[in-house]
Amino acid sequence: MKFFNQNNLFNLSFRSQKIILIFFLLILSIGLFEALVLSPEDYLQGHAVRIMYVHVPSAWISLGIFSLIALLSVLVFIFKNKNFILIAKSLAPSGFIFNIIALVTGSIWGKPTWGTWWAWDARITSMLILALFYLMYLIAWRMFENKNYVLKVTSLIAIFGVINVPIVKFSVDWWSTLHQASSVNLISKSTIHPSMLIPLSIMTAAFVLFSLLIFLMKYNTELIKIKNKGLDRL
Amino acid sequence: MYGRKVKLRILFLIVLLSSIILTIFLVLKSLEENVVYFLSPTEVKNLNELTQDKIRIGGMVKKDSININSDKINFIITDFNNEINVVYSGLIPNLFQESKGVVAEGFLKDKNYFNAEKILAKHDENYMPPNIKEQIGEK
Repeated sequence: MKFFNQNNLFNLSFRSQKIILIFFLLILSIGLFEALVLSPEDYLQGHAVRIMYVHVPSAWISLGIFSLIALLSVLVFIFKNKNFILIAKSLAPSGFIFNIIALVTGSIWGKPTWGTWWAWDARITSMLILALFYLMYLIAWRMFENKNYVLKVTSLIAIFGVINVPIVKFSVDWWSTLHQASSVNLISKSTIHPSMLIPLSIMTAAFVLFSLLIFLMKYNTELIKIKNKGLDRL
Repeated sequence: MYGRKVKLRILFLIVLLSSIILTIFLVLKSLEENVVYFLSPTEVKNLNELTQDKIRIGGMVKKDSININSDKINFIITDFNNEINVVYSGLIPNLFQESKGVVAEGFLKDKNYFNAEKILAKHDENYMPPNIKEQIGEK
């Protein structure tokens, strides 16, 4: 239990940043080389398929981070664990950024392939709702001064919002949407060729490292704020 | 084991979550026809009355059905059970092809005839390089 005191966490998260940055840059450059040079073009979309290597990992990560925030928020709400609050708070910015990236790259891909920038289908709309929940969560942290209050409000926003996560995931199966169904499936056979799955996996790893890096930076700042009690606003 | 307050908070979350999930489920269920982005030709066939509103119809472009004459393009959308004739004039997306997915937005003239104002191509979930596609095509 002694390991989890804040000084140790601070040292750990501070020292690991450099290593993660190096790993991130390394894997990102391999991933970009794979995605932009080595991987083939698609039989139908041509080079537009390369947008997918940014779009899909971003969407996955934004969904994953929101689920994580919600899980932590449940624990925060019930057990009032101070460390989990900070972890959840520090995770939100990178999740939000990747959510926006997924929406924007999807739009850029949609114009040449579908013929439209935007469609109000179930997948795209639910993804927009997810972005709004991220925004609400981030704003709520800045809005309230009272610590007990901000803790409850932010946790409840995350817990409300997580109901949207399965809707995003299964929207393409439940309703007819313009967005295609998932190509990468864990249970059934994936409908994406291995030569395209490799860059997709590498880019996913790179983006995970990037969000981990941003998370550690945010988390460090929060710990510093607590150290200097004068600045502490949680 | 846990304090009374902790148990109360757990109970509160469970009740809260189940009520929201139920509400959202009911809302989505009742709004089903608005949540779907397009209707299939079969669903159009089963409509009780011809709607005057703008609707979207989606399915496959039937093979060898695309017909271009001057500024008009005719094609058939099929879901392999029912078909609907579409007439359209305007820009078509790059991925608009025979035997590929399409979504047409416009007005029903009757149950077999659709006046499209906008055509969107629907990409499916298959991603592969061209040479693999050729191999599959040869089989």
